[in-house]
Amino acid sequence: MPLSVPISYTRYLDDHGQPSGELPGWVDDPQLLLDFHRQMTLVRAFDQKCVALQRTGQIGTYASTLGQEAIGTALGRAMTEADVLIPYYRDTATQLQRGVAMQDILAYWGGDERGSAWTAPGALEDFPICVPIATQACHACGVASAFRIRQQPRVAVTTCGDGATSKGDFLESLNLAGVWQLPVVFVVNNNQWAISVPRSLQSAAPTLAHKALAAGIPGEQVDGNDVLAVYDRISIAIERARAGKGPTLVECVTYRLGDHTTSDDASRYRDADELSEAWKHEPIGRLQRFLHGQGLWDEEKEQQLQRDLGERINAAVEAFRSLPEADPGAAFDHLFAELPERYRQQRDELLIRAAALGGSAHD
Amino acid sequence: MTERKPVCMVEAINLALHRAMADDPDVVVLGEDVGPNGGVFRATVGLHERFGFRRVMDTPLAETLITGIAVGMAAQGLKPVAEIQFMGFIYAGMEHLVSHASRLRSRTRGRLSCPMVMRTPHGGGIHAPEHHGESTEALLAHVPGLRVVVPSSPRRAYGLLLAAIADPDPVIFLEPSRLYRSVQQVVEDDGQALPLDTCFTLREGKDLTLVSWGAALKETLEAASRLAEEGIDCEVIDVATLKPLDGDTILASVGKTGRCIIVHEAARSYGPGAEIAALVQEQLFYSLHAPVQRVTGFDCVIPYARQEMAYLPDVDSICEAGRQTMRGNDQ
Ligand SMILES: [Mg+2]
Repeated sequence: MPLSVPISYTRYLDDHGQPSGELPGWVDDPQLLLDFHRQMTLVRAFDQKCVALQRTGQIGTYASTLGQEAIGTALGRAMTEADVLIPYYRDTATQLQRGVAMQDILAYWGGDERGSAWTAPGALEDFPICVPIATQACHACGVASAFRIRQQPRVAVTTCGDGATSKGDFLESLNLAGVWQLPVVFVVNNNQWAISVPRSLQSAAPTLAHKALAAGIPGEQVDGNDVLAVYDRISIAIERARAGKGPTLVECVTYRLGDHTTSDDASRYRDADELSEAWKHEPIGRLQRFLHGQGLWDEEKEQQLQRDLGERINAAVEAFRSLPEADPGAAFDHLFAELPERYRQQRDELLIRAAALGGSAHD
Repeated sequence: MTERKPVCMVEAINLALHRAMADDPDVVVLGEDVGPNGGVFRATVGLHERFGFRRVMDTPLAETLITGIAVGMAAQGLKPVAEIQFMGFIYAGMEHLVSHASRLRSRTRGRLSCPMVMRTPHGGGIHAPEHHGESTEALLAHVPGLRVVVPSSPRRAYGLLLAAIADPDPVIFLEPSRLYRSVQQVVEDDGQALPLDTCFTLREGKDLTLVSWGAALKETLEAASRLAEEGIDCEVIDVATLKPLDGDTILASVGKTGRCIIVHEAARSYGPGAEIAALVQEQLFYSLHAPVQRVTGFDCVIPYARQEMAYLPDVDSICEAGRQTMRGNDQ
């Protein structure tokens, strides 16, 4: 028997940037809309730069966020500085919106631990990027539990992909969040693909949001390419959590316009027609058309924005390139709060090996 | 000073948990049945009543989750003490221990840290069902960034657990279930921690060093007494912290005796005994009077309750290894 519990789906702007119904009141704030546009444009340009840097051997494997810029941008904006982000690995947009510097993101993907040692004041307690799938959902519940124990009006927000919703960590976390009514928001970036495995092979659930229902928590879908819808629904979920009304799962329905990572070649398993069709729904053009319609945007402003962002990105790449090589001993210095005497000798040995590599330690 | 009744190890653990929670509001306890039931071994009795549901949390039955939320709580500066009901159920949480707890400090270069404790009963010999008699400490001791601690008496359980909770990094605290109620000691509830990363010398001797930890120390100490009657003077070392290992104490002892036997319940191959034997031969090869020996569990699945005692190192085997070691190079 097919499951027929309805799940809400929110969209405010259609592919042409036309309102598909009544818009929320906050849309009257032109600055917020322009901020979204500016930020998503930055994310896309920076993301393309990251891919280019990988192709030229300047950073390692990178997980592109192409086509999914609206989710992280809206999510990061909906959070306050007091909230904590527990991200996965396709969160360039979210990290940037939280204030993590571009050169830190480059350092992380460039193979330097200092990339997660950021000092951005709004993100000091945010978790680093999480590679082991869905494990971050448990950490988010732990962070939210700490807020509950200390009775702080703060919210933990965690992200994951569609594939992660198949893992026990995700389901165990939803379950706990429901039982304990934790101040946590689960944001699923359903970009239709988990490397080469399509959404249809990931779960027979009609939507990924349905997975919330078994845990007794609200689940809903939004158009993940509509920044207005994502911001609106996630803001409501965050404020619900902050008010002590419990967790929410928000499934953002989007599409991965790029490969899984720079190590992947999606043309091996994905139909070219599907990809070109998906481009018609991408989020930045949609918002831009809306802004044009509102008289808030024109070609000249767009060109000026592209120039400004290009300069910012180039400056960040320069800062990343000029980052002095890290002290190899840091691997031991941060193993424990205080290095046990027993490992002092191994630290010395590591330094000798690193010194023997000389300037080519990172090759 | 008030007269104190002797307590068993599980009561000493309970005293330490009460003390740590009373002294530090950031200490919280979580796990399955740790609330009103007081834990299946009763280690958390009274905590729920005294400190409330916010700080003493019965979790859903999900060990991956328990481990993962402890990481999240610890990253926020709490000091979670998570209980896994038996060591055989810790594996569901391994990804969080190996990929997160042990390296959160390192991978953020100190921006975040993970001051959590994971307590779990350890070892066989209590005739429990299958998966309840595990000695897989080597799996954990192999992981950089984890501390692995095993107490061997009520007093050391009290002092080492306080130290583990106070420690700013993750500690796996393995409680020998065979010792939970079998030994009693007067434990002064004075809030005094014992040092981590330090071996304890339980008996001094000049002929032979016996190295062990946890419940196997019971047989090891008995063997030392029996060997003493035969004129063999054994030094007995309680490793206590398996990782990071206090090599200095072991090497000083073996440097004196020239002979070393390692006794552990865990399976022999790739067990902690191999690490200790390697350390001894690296540093003391030319002053050894005999090969380093191991008396251990076997490389088979630990038998069910009826025959599990045949798996565990016994006094006879340790004594025989001792005699053989004394014959050593004179053989
Ligand atoms: Mg995906």
